[in-house]
Amino acid sequence: MDSFRSKIIPVTSILAGVVVIWYVFAVILNAPFQRDLDGRANETPGTVEFIGKTLSQPKPTLPAPHQVAVNFFENTFLRGITSNRSLVYNAWVTLSSTLLGFAFGTALGIVIAVGIVHVTTLDRSLMPWIIASQTIPILAVAPMIIVVLAAIGITGLIPKALISTYLSFFPVAVGMVKGLRSPELMHLDLMHTYNASASQTFWKLRVPASVPFLFTSMKVAVAASLVGAIVGELPTGAVAGIGAKLLSGAYYSQTIDIWSALVAGSVVAALLVMVVGIAGRLVDRAMGGRPA
Amino acid sequence: MSGQSPAVVSASKLGLTFQTNDGPVQALSNVDLTIGKGEFVSFIGPSGCGKTTLLRVIADLEKPTSGTISVNGISPEQAREKRAYGYVFQAAALFPWRTIERNVALPLEIIGLSQAEQAERIKRTLELVNLSGFEKKYPWQLSGGMQQRASIARALAFDADLLLMDEPFGALDEIVRDHLNEQLLELWDSTNKTICFVTHSIPEAVYLSTRIVVMSPRPGRVTDVIESTLPRKRPLDIRETPEFLAIAARVRDGLRAGHSYDD
Repeated sequence: MDSFRSKIIPVTSILAGVVVIWYVFAVILNAPFQRDLDGRANETPGTVEFIGKTLSQPKPTLPAPHQVAVNFFENTFLRGITSNRSLVYNAWVTLSSTLLGFAFGTALGIVIAVGIVHVTTLDRSLMPWIIASQTIPILAVAPMIIVVLAAIGITGLIPKALISTYLSFFPVAVGMVKGLRSPELMHLDLMHTYNASASQTFWKLRVPASVPFLFTSMKVAVAASLVGAIVGELPTGAVAGIGAKLLSGAYYSQTIDIWSALVAGSVVAALLVMVVGIAGRLVDRAMGGRPA
Repeated sequence: MSGQSPAVVSASKLGLTFQTNDGPVQALSNVDLTIGKGEFVSFIGPSGCGKTTLLRVIADLEKPTSGTISVNGISPEQAREKRAYGYVFQAAALFPWRTIERNVALPLEIIGLSQAEQAERIKRTLELVNLSGFEKKYPWQLSGGMQQRASIARALAFDADLLLMDEPFGALDEIVRDHLNEQLLELWDSTNKTICFVTHSIPEAVYLSTRIVVMSPRPGRVTDVIESTLPRKRPLDIRETPEFLAIAARVRDGLRAGHSYDD
């Protein structure tokens, strides 16, 4: 409970600071357009009234926190979850491809890492390719994946998930290479004195030693998966999903919608990272980890 | 020394040169040594004298670059493949994700013993090192001395006749070390294993050994081999007897003759 209380004060004070700064910028950024409006309507509002107006525009440059909060609340709790305006529905659409892509990505990352650790040729040759793959902007790759897969008749969830995979295998591969190589020399010598086979050393030493690395990299990978799923929705002309909401918000200058979709995205991201973190802690506990 | 029984370890003109960035380093040079069955041989010397390297050569963790060595009459590699020895490292080297009993079970899983056989050996070896009741504990829940005892149990569970120990008690405080030395002697006496023991403590070497191999650095070599005249049964206070002190003095002389005390 102490750790809870010791966290609550710093977290809320930072949050309060962010909200204050956000309001200040909302006023500053929305003021020119408001002044323009008032000028055309021949109105000369007082300072307080003016500030109030900048914070309640229907399509503000920067929506105020309370506008986003109201929009988020309405679209999350007041709509049927099958409605395509519901953030829950849209988040679920994105989440499903995130999870599929994350599962693919984690599996792919582990396979690549095992290959790199055990096959000298792969160790020497694969890493540059992997790193190069991540330097290509995903926005450039995503439409190609979608188009190519659509050409061979694969549409829907899989292409979007593959974009998540593309982003999420990388941290897992890098983390697992490190994890599989993490056993101390003494432990490896020990296995050597037992005349253990390579597969025994792998399953009894390298794999358990790599588990903490796996979960650390999975935390990064799951967030990357979400980004991948959102980006994957942009060029697909997807009608649902957080990416689709962002895109349609941009088309119609629904800045408040964009911001509340962003908030929904970050809530999903936070939940995903939290779930991976909890899973990691449970596994650590099951493996005899010293309680922190 | 039991000259008639076949040698457990036999080295002749053994040498090992490491190629480092600063040029070759002669870790071992011209080592001649025969260890008979049931002996307790300590290797003592300052750091860099090659005592650990020699033990690692016996264990096939390093390959010699000259000379010959055999373990149980075959090459160290073959002996390792036949699982001829148990090795105890400087640190306990327990797997943190395994309980004490699963750590002891590790070598048994690797050689593919049945569950029943594993359980029997775990029970027996943990009793031997006085760790009964700690089977389900994880390594971090045990003190350093207990962890090292668990690692000795793990080496014993292997049931090899040769035990190679590389400064196993070096990181422990003196009180714990005394206690473990006493237990190790009892264990050696009751199991009749051959033990090669690396240490940098003169009292420890004299107290434990039937034979003390004194080594010197640059290049790593054997400078003296001292047969102990102490009886097989040794209470801790044997260390105050004149006989004990005389052997300790000889070891010290041997070290000095090898310039181990030079700057």
